[in-house]
Amino acid sequence: MVLNSNLLESHTPTSREELWRFTPLAKLRGLHDLEVSLSSRVSLGASVEQPGLSVEIVDASKAPSTSSTNDLVSMRVRELSSKVLIVDIAQNAEIATPIYLTRTVESLDPEVSRTVIHLGANSRATVVVENTGSITLAEEIVITLDSGANLNFVSLQEWESDAVHLGHHHAIIGRDATFTSTVITLGGSLVRLLPTVEYAGPGASAELSGIYFATSGQHLEHRIHVDHNLPHAKSRVNYKGALSGDKARTVWFGDVFIRANAEGTDTYEVNRNLLLSDGARADSVPNLEIETGEIVGAGHASTTGRFDDEQLFYLESRGIPANIARQLVIRGFFLEIVSKLGLPQIEERIMTRIEAELEKASS
Amino acid sequence: MSTLEIKNLQVAVSTDEGMKQILRGVDLTIKSGETHAIMGPNGSGKSTLAYSIAGHPKYTITGGSVLLDGVDVLEMRVDERAKAGLFLAMQYPVEVPGVSVSNFLRTAATAIRGEAPKVRTWVGEVKEAMASLNMDPAFAERNVNEGFSGGEKKRHEILQMELLKPKIAILDETDSGLDVDALRIVSEGVNRVKDSHNIGIMLITHYTRILRYIKPDFVHVFAAGRIVEEGGAELAEKLEEKGYAEYVTA
Ligand SMILES: Nc1ncnc2c1ncn2[C@@H]1O[C@H](COP(=O)(O)OP(=O)(O)OP(=O)(O)O)[C@@H](O)[C@H]1O
Ligand SMILES: [Mg+2]
Repeated sequence: MVLNSNLLESHTPTSREELWRFTPLAKLRGLHDLEVSLSSRVSLGASVEQPGLSVEIVDASKAPSTSSTNDLVSMRVRELSSKVLIVDIAQNAEIATPIYLTRTVESLDPEVSRTVIHLGANSRATVVVENTGSITLAEEIVITLDSGANLNFVSLQEWESDAVHLGHHHAIIGRDATFTSTVITLGGSLVRLLPTVEYAGPGASAELSGIYFATSGQHLEHRIHVDHNLPHAKSRVNYKGALSGDKARTVWFGDVFIRANAEGTDTYEVNRNLLLSDGARADSVPNLEIETGEIVGAGHASTTGRFDDEQLFYLESRGIPANIARQLVIRGFFLEIVSKLGLPQIEERIMTRIEAELEKASS
Repeated sequence: MSTLEIKNLQVAVSTDEGMKQILRGVDLTIKSGETHAIMGPNGSGKSTLAYSIAGHPKYTITGGSVLLDGVDVLEMRVDERAKAGLFLAMQYPVEVPGVSVSNFLRTAATAIRGEAPKVRTWVGEVKEAMASLNMDPAFAERNVNEGFSGGEKKRHEILQMELLKPKIAILDETDSGLDVDALRIVSEGVNRVKDSHNIGIMLITHYTRILRYIKPDFVHVFAAGRIVEEGGAELAEKLEEKGYAEYVTA
């Protein structure tokens, strides 16, 4: 339960702390540093109005964070944000068109932003957070699904190469509600995201997927935390990463905690990393803590490796040149997750960007 | 008219205990239109021969040569060998997650033919080839070999052979894993490609069953990394009856 500490006291983290030891703190431009002041700006905005959807900005005092999961930077975000973006989907509403929340950027001065997404009972929506440009951002997004709600949540990190982004997406999933999250991190100098989940009713389900592609000098870190805090909830975690180029760096943690009362839990997590060149480093740490044996299933897997020579040989033996064979394999590696977005345009954009990264890496 | 000439081929694999010699001087010439059956005990090096010709990186050539129409195959990259007209239907086809059969076939055909096949005719071509091999069209949307049954993988290999139309095809135990009906269907597929494109075939097998459908012009007995006897179709019958005892020194 590393993330969750009631004893957490506000302080500037150091690299001696377990949660921060992989993160190059010097690159954070002070986002973590209590001595550095951060400005507050609601940097996400929604463009389209739709029936059943309300988007407004309110005073932070009217929208305290309901997340039970803590983190030193998230604490700062809550403390320093003066306004909060609230995205509310009415109960029973079925929002057919995806709701795009688009980031606006102004400067590289460190700033904080808070967002609250709420889905009323039995509502259904797709929310896509689009992060592009240059920014130094610490943010918290708290997502609450009332019973029977269904959210397809997508967070795209297509930042410019100088962006720094510390993000915490916390989902509270109600009875029989389904939360699907896909985190796609391709850009940025340093991105550290905390997709975390807690349950508010039995029958709740979380499917957390993600892909990341780090090239030279990029640090991309994802720390997933699923708290099976009540019975009969389900979680699936599937993250895939590729690394190419000197000092490309990724960190993946998957903490799944099954509490003593969480009988009937069904969970599986997997992280796969593809090392495309020397000098890149991927850390992958799945971590399952089980306090009850009365569960449906719990498992984890983690692999970090190079291209499968047998796969490449098979493709090449059919006349396909080595570079195209590699492209096919990498495309396929990521497509497993990207094709499930249900957003063809985004899928195309992501795959194009991945191919561009690949070309950049191999030239 | 094409000729694949294998001369005194010697191949080793690297193991924890150093290099291990597998092929000890293989001589074999295959011409267009000919079918050569290769039979031999487990571990005698048949797949090693097949993979070495296709260029699998695991094998080290320690001597000899392989020429396709006089051109040195061993100097070519793996994809170049396929473009030159060699095809290997593998004993254990590899799963490639995330790559659909249709994308794979089209990419391969584009590479082999030197230009992308016209969409219209291509779709029809694939459908027809799949139908003739009794393959459900749904396979086109599945990932390459992923979750295919043993027999389905073998049909998929022959499907590729039909579409890529090689000069010389090496079929490594294509018959194993096929049920009786599938064996007939796949054999007919092989014969169809063979007859329409006059290809030469090296057919590695353990059983005479497939040889009833695909008639061999020559049968070669393979043991301990080389060909130890050659004959006609009757040799296969004899092997089925008597086994390899007389060729294997214990
Ligand atoms: N990495 C390796 N280390 C040790 N021995 C190896 C290695 N790779 C292959 N071999 C050996 O090479 C020999 C030839 O293998 P090959 O697959 O060519 O046999 P085969 O004739 O095709 O057998 P089968 O009929 O069972 O398919 C076998 O004895 C095998 O164990
Ligand atoms: Mg074999």
